[in-house]
Amino acid sequence: MTNTIYDITHESDVIMLVGSNPEHAHPVIGMQIRQAVEKGTKLIVVDPREIDLAKKADIHLKLRPGTNVAFANGMMHIIIEEGLLDEAFIHERTENFEAVKEAVREYTPDKVAGICGIDADILREAARMYATADRAPILYCLGVTEHHTGTEGVMSLSNLAMLTGKLGRPGCGVNPIRGQNNVQGACDMGASPNQFPGYQNIIAPGIVEKFEKAWNTTLNPNVGVKATDCFPKMITGEIKGLFIFGEDPVRTDPNTAHVIHALKSLDFFVIDELFMTETAKLADVILPGRSYAEKEGTFTNTERRVQRVRKAVEIAGETRPDTWIFTEIMRRMGYPQPHLTPAEIMEEISLVTPSFGGISHERLDSKEVDGRGLQWPCFSKDHPGTPIMHEGKFSRGLGYFRPAEYKCSVELPDEEYPLLLMTGRILYHYNACAMTDRTEGIHQIAPESFIEMNTNDALKLGIRNEEMVEISSRRGTIAAKAHVSDKTREGECWMPFHYIEGGANWLTNDALDGISSTPEYKVCAIKVQKIK
Amino acid sequence: MICLNIDGIAVEAGEDMTILEAAQSVNIRIPTLCYMKEVNEIGSCRMCVVEVEGMNKLPTACNTLVKEGMHVQTKSERVIEARKTILNLLLSNHHRGCFSCPQNGECELQELCYEYGVEESRYVGTRKKIERPVKDSHPFLCYHPELCIHCQRCVNTCAKVTGRKAITLGKTGMFNIIEAPFGADWDTTLCESCGNCAQACPTGAITEKRKKNYRGWETKRVRTTCPHCATGCQMDLIVKDNKIVDVEGADGPSNHGLLCVKGRSASFDFIDQEDRIRYPLIKNKDTGEFERATWDEALDLVASKFTELRENYGGEALAGFACSRSTNEDVYMLQKMVRTVFESNNTDNCARV
Repeated sequence: MTNTIYDITHESDVIMLVGSNPEHAHPVIGMQIRQAVEKGTKLIVVDPREIDLAKKADIHLKLRPGTNVAFANGMMHIIIEEGLLDEAFIHERTENFEAVKEAVREYTPDKVAGICGIDADILREAARMYATADRAPILYCLGVTEHHTGTEGVMSLSNLAMLTGKLGRPGCGVNPIRGQNNVQGACDMGASPNQFPGYQNIIAPGIVEKFEKAWNTTLNPNVGVKATDCFPKMITGEIKGLFIFGEDPVRTDPNTAHVIHALKSLDFFVIDELFMTETAKLADVILPGRSYAEKEGTFTNTERRVQRVRKAVEIAGETRPDTWIFTEIMRRMGYPQPHLTPAEIMEEISLVTPSFGGISHERLDSKEVDGRGLQWPCFSKDHPGTPIMHEGKFSRGLGYFRPAEYKCSVELPDEEYPLLLMTGRILYHYNACAMTDRTEGIHQIAPESFIEMNTNDALKLGIRNEEMVEISSRRGTIAAKAHVSDKTREGECWMPFHYIEGGANWLTNDALDGISSTPEYKVCAIKVQKIK
Repeated sequence: MICLNIDGIAVEAGEDMTILEAAQSVNIRIPTLCYMKEVNEIGSCRMCVVEVEGMNKLPTACNTLVKEGMHVQTKSERVIEARKTILNLLLSNHHRGCFSCPQNGECELQELCYEYGVEESRYVGTRKKIERPVKDSHPFLCYHPELCIHCQRCVNTCAKVTGRKAITLGKTGMFNIIEAPFGADWDTTLCESCGNCAQACPTGAITEKRKKNYRGWETKRVRTTCPHCATGCQMDLIVKDNKIVDVEGADGPSNHGLLCVKGRSASFDFIDQEDRIRYPLIKNKDTGEFERATWDEALDLVASKFTELRENYGGEALAGFACSRSTNEDVYMLQKMVRTVFESNNTDNCARV
């Protein structure tokens, strides 16, 4: 996020929520958005589903899934046409505006209304409400990124914020609400095929050399393969050995059958896990690691805030800290890595990662920080951290307008698979629910998978609410309970992906975003049938 | 700026400050029960009454604004007597089974009664006439009306803080009642099971059911960050005998004391579950079954197989994925392992999926 959770929910005039259902996926942010709306902040919801926040919204654009780029370009078209743009900001702070102006010229409200399946006048109203607000953040989530044009979706939202000068100020910004507790940190820490810690690019001059010197070794200078691109390479034999730390791709990656095939094709597969997950079952060796409550460390939240994690308990058995496991493997494979405490590891991180230069456990535990964490970039021990990014100047200098064109989703409904399926999260579970499903009360409240269907579709198929149905795509078939309502549009369905039985990822499409290689979880074609 | 006098001390206060806030600014404690800053300032419990020169009635400090030249007494005999009467009245409708109450030792009513020397009520409770069933069908939360002091902290926490409005204020005859959504119809209510109401409750009226498994004084607290989504809520793990028995929201910069159902109720049962993997396991190629191994056996096998693959096919035939649920320190070491000994940049995390 460019901004903080606090300022976007407490200091904004209009909140624009795109492809995000925070009441379920980020509930405490959802609560603060509800507070803001109660206190008079206006709300624009851009989402294909009638999520609860849509009922509180001033405007709900219930757009067709996969049409975010057209939506954002349409907003920009209207803002430019009606002269609601921030010309001073564009002139002083950005470059390449003309290219975007040119690109959005053809995205007239009527054309966009047609692509998105929305009302052109309501789109105009949304554009005016967002553009004329003094402070208005864009909040977005996986409804924007989990498309084969997800990166373009993000770029077009950034264009929209720059066009209206809504960056670098409180109550504004472009704010991805990140998924997992430490997904921000995992990216920051360089678990990435093209970047070392702190987004230091492998192909940038001197970076490989810098880490060779810091780690006293020689390093492979070639950009690696993204996780989602690794699976096909396991099948072709280009990748033969895999170490997975705590992930369960059999449950969470698209096209489950393909993932299982890929993992079974490996010569050697090791996993560091807490439980015998569906993925762990396929491993050759399982190393028992530790949960967040059994170790010291830090998580970085969606607002780039590094906060402490502290050891509370020890469990019986021979589990080991995960850093001990990695260190032992390094030592046994010939690299003389000393065993370090988490605090010592953070010291090393701060030495090689400029944006973490001033972060240490000692400082995070200090009176100065007072339990509020530190937001990177935090360059030195006396740097206070950075709550709001791009204040006065973008981190790259000038903000770059990058035009994006709308492209339709890879697999759209057809005669054989006439319905569109989106997937997402529910309040009571987290992802593969290895953690949440082990609480009895949670199981009682949200015990099983389901598919949300539109009333008219259900009527046509003769399906009743709460009836078990068979759901198929080109990649698999599952069964789940039908939840019939008008939450989704006609022709569109939605499923959670948490469950083993009725897991949506047997159906989802492994088509990837051309830049980020994020799968298109949000759109695939399915058919739903009564179970005979 | 407004000048007033509290307990003989000259105090400067902002125009929009209450007597309570002005007193707190000079470390004068006025007891409160129903008060929650900006959430519940309704003065319903009247515990915070003070004496103000020139006023006949004792005003409630939590919602009476300061005035120029005001003389306030927070501990006068009249004030103390009034507070004792208030506690007496509250106690007259409160079931005093403190021994069996999960809130014993953490109950604000109990603490104030102790402080003011109120043991038994001299009144007969008028609420005892109305039928008030215990609501405990919800998987996590329960409501005991005979412990409720109707302070409305829960109602206003649910309405103003979580913004859900699942707990409402009802009426039966002349009495306000709390409509807690934990009865038999709990699954049809707006309740999101977040438990912020239980955390706000000053007595044992609304509690997480698991609270009966421990006493506050037996536990230690460990401040940490929630392991589920990326909001980064701060919370205290409540630990008894090396087991996490509960979680409480802490005042962090992104959550301000709030938690959701996952953070509060689904972030610790998994930790010491029977099916945790507790020993290294190696799959027997012949049977396909996992067999327990020593760390040396497992790590030597891992190191030798990865070394063999690297030597035969090059580092780019190896990959290592990090976990977005784990700590920065773990992830840093994982990618360092892949880069230094796998000799590969095939490292990634679950950000894409």
